Amino acid sequence: MRAIKTVKGNAIPLNRADVDTDQIMPKQFLKRIERSGYGPFAFFDWKKDPNFVTNNPAYAGAPIMIAQQNFGCGSSREHAVWGLEDMGITAVIAPSFADIFRNNCSKVGLLTIVLSQEDVDYLMSRAEELPGGSIVIDVAAQTVSVEGTGWSRHFDIDPFVKHRTLNGLDDIGLTLQHADDIETFEKERPSLKPDTSGAFKDPLKIG
Amino acid sequence: MPKTIIEKIWEQHVVRRQAGEPDLLYIDLHLVHEVTSPQAFEGLRLTDRKVRRPDLTLATIDHNVPTTDRRLPNPDPLSAQQIETLRQNTKDFGVPLWDIFDLRSGIVHIISPEEGLTQPGMTIVCGDSHTSTHGALGALAFGIGTSEVEHVLATQTLPQMPPKTMSVEVTGKLGPGVTAKDVVLAIINRIGVDGGVGHVIEYRGDVIRDLSIEARMTVCNMTIEGGARAGLVAPDEKTIEYLKGRPYAPKGEDWDKAVEAWKALVTDEGATFDTYVTLKGEEIAPYVTWGTTPAQSVPVTAAVPKPEDAVSAAAKETAERALVYMDLQAGTPITKIAVDRVFIGSCTNGRIEDLRAAASVVKGKHVASTVRAMVVPGSGLVKKQAESEGLDQVFKDAGFEWREPGCSMCLGMNPDILLPGERAASTSNRNFEGRQGAGGRTHLVSPEMAAAAAVEGHFVDIRGYK
Ligand code: SF4
Repeated sequence: MRAIKTVKGNAIPLNRADVDTDQIMPKQFLKRIERSGYGPFAFFDWKKDPNFVTNNPAYAGAPIMIAQQNFGCGSSREHAVWGLEDMGITAVIAPSFADIFRNNCSKVGLLTIVLSQEDVDYLMSRAEELPGGSIVIDVAAQTVSVEGTGWSRHFDIDPFVKHRTLNGLDDIGLTLQHADDIETFEKERPSLKPDTSGAFKDPLKIG
Repeated sequence: MPKTIIEKIWEQHVVRRQAGEPDLLYIDLHLVHEVTSPQAFEGLRLTDRKVRRPDLTLATIDHNVPTTDRRLPNPDPLSAQQIETLRQNTKDFGVPLWDIFDLRSGIVHIISPEEGLTQPGMTIVCGDSHTSTHGALGALAFGIGTSEVEHVLATQTLPQMPPKTMSVEVTGKLGPGVTAKDVVLAIINRIGVDGGVGHVIEYRGDVIRDLSIEARMTVCNMTIEGGARAGLVAPDEKTIEYLKGRPYAPKGEDWDKAVEAWKALVTDEGATFDTYVTLKGEEIAPYVTWGTTPAQSVPVTAAVPKPEDAVSAAAKETAERALVYMDLQAGTPITKIAVDRVFIGSCTNGRIEDLRAAASVVKGKHVASTVRAMVVPGSGLVKKQAESEGLDQVFKDAGFEWREPGCSMCLGMNPDILLPGERAASTSNRNFEGRQGAGGRTHLVSPEMAAAAAVEGHFVDIRGYK
């Protein structure tokens, strides 16, 4: 995954709660087998409304999105994260995120930053009033600041996610460094557990 | 120290623990389907990695399949390509696949319990958020994204932070006509769509104990709609009875040993949870969702609520948007809402008990002339069983379409979709905007409630329905 040290730029204010991943990436685009090119399909149905925020050219290419609580709820589809990534979003700031979405973001290299409702509301209205206003996120220092003002807030990030984000480390590669531990575990694993190797045999044919 | 069942299963699967890092958790079973796996297999190819344990992996095709005659060519070239890609990937990497002509194929969360692959105390993952379903048998099962699918394929493990634990206790007894679907809708209504974030839930209490294993699957299935990634029910005699004799259940001496191990999987006396929620079974009525999140629901006897009554400004706004999308007026009695479509199926309510319950409501009646109704069994085996009981004939005589198994109109990736503006009573799990088709409006209900709505053309209280 990509390394992220800082994010700097304007922010898209998406002032809605409980935005689910069906809205971020509707089903018809999940049939694609590619990993890239999802940006144009993000918020596909909402974008049909000319007043929808991402249609405003002032926010084109913004690297940050401000959202409301429980962002990314519902389906586990990582395509939602790929859509935001492909739109150019590197960080989403919200009062809370759904678990699976947040996990997926941490694997892809998209920052999910939780700030208090009050702070999110401030950033939201500022982004609405000043579409070009710049925000700076410093991952190492764990701060979000509004450029040209003294406004700055600390955010929490899981230390391991921080380490991986700053260095762009591949999760699978990290785990495979512990292949010995996995092997030891497998040797001691109870033999009673089911395996699927028999599943190849005797297909039960329809009809 | 006394432990919850959640902590016990977790501890049994920790491969490696290092301060400041997530635990590395071993995965006993990895279920794979066509939609969330292509990029994961591609990732393996690019890095020259193999599937570590194809013998702990099982693939099927469910999200995309047409529910009409499978021998005909797939009408959608993109779906066809995605299905073909899974076939090639499973072949290249040696992963077993139950393809669409295999009777055992069907919705991934239905086929694994049905064959006895899902067992108590296992860790189970799948690139699908409703993996929580498997918790009904006492497994720790949760949905993952495609990067994690690749991770499990390559390593059979996942780095995971230990979750918080939540006890959801449903006490007492359910009234007649009140089902597992109503229980879980009531729970989500109570905790909200993000109430369970960061938690794994143990469902407890007499109501849960009284539910059949399939009904427990309905409850565990919708755990994610309350924000928690996993929810489970500790194994009991019903669990053991359910598993006995299933193709992948342990046999002979192994069976006795397994049963003994399963019986230890209970929350110890004195163990504590991070969060507690209690509901009274007697207070749960048949629920109907009116909005665009699964928490926006009311008892069938109520009316569409007023946004002004919402608990917060954000909830009020969400409610207002939902009413516009759903084309509903606050104050309209739920039983006055007419439906155009009825869908009975999905991993929430597409099992044999669900079909029996719906069939018993429609038997000898006919679908209203204004309604198009369909039944989509959850798997090939569910379909076969239903047909051997004559349920297909009951549905067909009543004017329902009887279809081939798959996810179907639960998410509308195949041709089974709502048209813009159409309103559905659906036994599935998500009423998000456009979930069942762009512009479509979904009301989530139990199979009995959906069946009655099909006959009457609008919602009715199943409790007084003859
Ligand atoms: S039936 Fe619906 S919720 Fe269940 S796996 Fe299929 S698409 Fe997902």
